[in-house]
Amino acid sequence: MNDVLDARTGVKDTLPTVLGYIGIGMAFGIIAHTNGFSPLETLLMSLMVYTGSGQFALVSMLPAGSSLLSMFMAVSLMSARMLLMCMTLAPKFKKEKLAKNLWLGFLITDETFALAITKLNYTKGKLNYDWMNASNIVAYAAWTLAGLAGCLLGNLVSDTKALGLDYAVIAMFLGLLYLQLITDQSLKIELQLIMIGVTMVLTYIGMIILPASATTIVVTVVSCLVGMGIKHVYFK
Amino acid sequence: MSISSKVFITYLVCGTGLAALRLMPFLLLKKFNLPKAVVEFLEFVPIVIMTTLWFSSLFTAKQGHLPQIDWQYAIVTIPALITAYFTRSLMWIVVVGVASLALIRLI
Repeated sequence: MNDVLDARTGVKDTLPTVLGYIGIGMAFGIIAHTNGFSPLETLLMSLMVYTGSGQFALVSMLPAGSSLLSMFMAVSLMSARMLLMCMTLAPKFKKEKLAKNLWLGFLITDETFALAITKLNYTKGKLNYDWMNASNIVAYAAWTLAGLAGCLLGNLVSDTKALGLDYAVIAMFLGLLYLQLITDQSLKIELQLIMIGVTMVLTYIGMIILPASATTIVVTVVSCLVGMGIKHVYFK
Repeated sequence: MSISSKVFITYLVCGTGLAALRLMPFLLLKKFNLPKAVVEFLEFVPIVIMTTLWFSSLFTAKQGHLPQIDWQYAIVTIPALITAYFTRSLMWIVVVGVASLALIRLI
């Protein structure tokens, strides 16, 4: 990554995540196919309900006859972290027009959020519409097309695991976490390391005591509050 | 190909919920500034979210049970981190991670 903020660089910076989208997107498409979703239904879900984890929930809840309210709650709760991510990013685009802001916000994902946060460390805290939009669109296209491909090829490819592609998205978060750790200046590295430890412990506990749909958001909120406490007591 | 109204309405309702979560911050923060405490809270969001998304992916979780670790994923953390240290390139981290996992499964 570098400090250039144009559309071409946005595309280039986002390419590493495409492998992750292909791996998970195909897996999603294959499950959709197995659960009786047509290619059109699969594609439309990715376009309209653009959220990885929520889509995995929907492909099992819809055929099972779950109520609309329970599906709405599951998807919203799983994606509640979007609210925090968008709150973190939105101030960076204050100078852009409102329509552009909303368009960017509409397509933010875990991946493009993490990329943008890492990019900030190379650009002295600046982001712009061109870079973010290019990144978002590459991600949106990769995700929707991978899902469609998975659904279409559902009969042929039953095992994306042999290729190790299921690890792509995990590797990406690990990589972005590492880059964040070595480049972020806003929090001291000791504090960041402590926060990684705290978050790992809380995530582990969260997985035991919380329903799967609520784990990420609850752990995130609690960890951030713990972080504020630690900062106030030890890093003043 | 057609799409049933039940499926379409489900997409529409869930999609609207998602849009609200994503758009509200962009809509409101265009006009207003965040209080200092919230800004401080949000400083922790990147490191915390990336940690929890990565770490939880290593496990299969079931409420009320101990999470089951996926040892293959856990082991691949080592080559991925070594790659991260030497290349600082996201592309290489992903490629080496995926290739290492494929290799482990082959063996």
